Amino acid sequence: MVTRPLRQSVGAHYGWKDWLAQRITAVVMALYTLFLLAVALYNGGFDYAPWIRLFDGTTFRVATLLFGLSLLWHAWIGMRDIWMDYIKPTALRLVLEVVTLIVLFAYAAWLAQVLWERT
Amino acid sequence: MKFRVYRYDPDKDAAPRMQDYDVTLDPHDRMLLDAIIRLKAQDDTFAFRRSCREGVCGSDAMNIMKTLKEPVELRPLPGLPVIRDLIVDMSQFFKQYHSIKPYLINETPPPEKERLQSPEDREELDGLYECILCACCSTACPSFWWNPDKFVGPAGLLAAYRFIADSRDRATNERLDNLEDPYRLFRCHTIMNCVDVCPKNLNPTRAIAKIREIMVKRAV
Repeated sequence: MVTRPLRQSVGAHYGWKDWLAQRITAVVMALYTLFLLAVALYNGGFDYAPWIRLFDGTTFRVATLLFGLSLLWHAWIGMRDIWMDYIKPTALRLVLEVVTLIVLFAYAAWLAQVLWERT
Repeated sequence: MKFRVYRYDPDKDAAPRMQDYDVTLDPHDRMLLDAIIRLKAQDDTFAFRRSCREGVCGSDAMNIMKTLKEPVELRPLPGLPVIRDLIVDMSQFFKQYHSIKPYLINETPPPEKERLQSPEDREELDGLYECILCACCSTACPSFWWNPDKFVGPAGLLAAYRFIADSRDRATNERLDNLEDPYRLFRCHTIMNCVDVCPKNLNPTRAIAKIREIMVKRAV
């Protein structure tokens, strides 16, 4: 039985997907932010009434959910990068990655609940 | 010229220390290396590497303050084990360099004389082949500090692209497969320390971006 690494194995065949996803999610977040600023300018700020009206429409709720998912996906790649850089034991790194994923999925569910909550 | 120099002999010293020197220069001295050679003549226990003094061999890479002012601080390249004073163990650096197979791979029968390139194909290698493997870039890279065993580092990746970009090479896919890895290539977060420190003004960040671009193009 091989108990020690005889040689380094490389070429995990991913990496570029995360790299690309990080860029695409950044674009989605930037577009949403610009849109939100434009709405704020158009409305002359965010008073309670226009804010409520804004979130009444399904389109804006979906856009906000997309923004949230982009943020979480972006954060996943960033957090995993931190674990990969600083946490050397593979088992601990895996645990931290799984915990990160669970927390991010929980945030996603929470976001959806907040957005579609009946007020 | 006043110097403050990193001194460390792992066999004898408990910890590294900085030692002050005052070196008398000759009017003909032009390079910092001239002064360091005089320093060595003054105290021969001080150790550093140098060889060609033509910017070709890359032996004398060291960590020098960004703008020279006295006392001039000299330290070894960061992130590599210190053997003595300014001499570091470059094994890990060269291990990564060798891992990208830094040579032409082409199994087709060679022509009578040589494998020819058009001037345009040859131009693709400008800014890539000039690397002298001094290790300034890789040792200035935090990603290389954290994962020197897994991340190829800017010097290795520049060399990898040098062969990916070579019209005579036939191993492009194998090279890309080897680098398509979250550690090997994608530890690069484009902070561009490598570009900042390269004594030959090369741009490893651009080479890395080109490799990423080819990977995305072949997959998307």
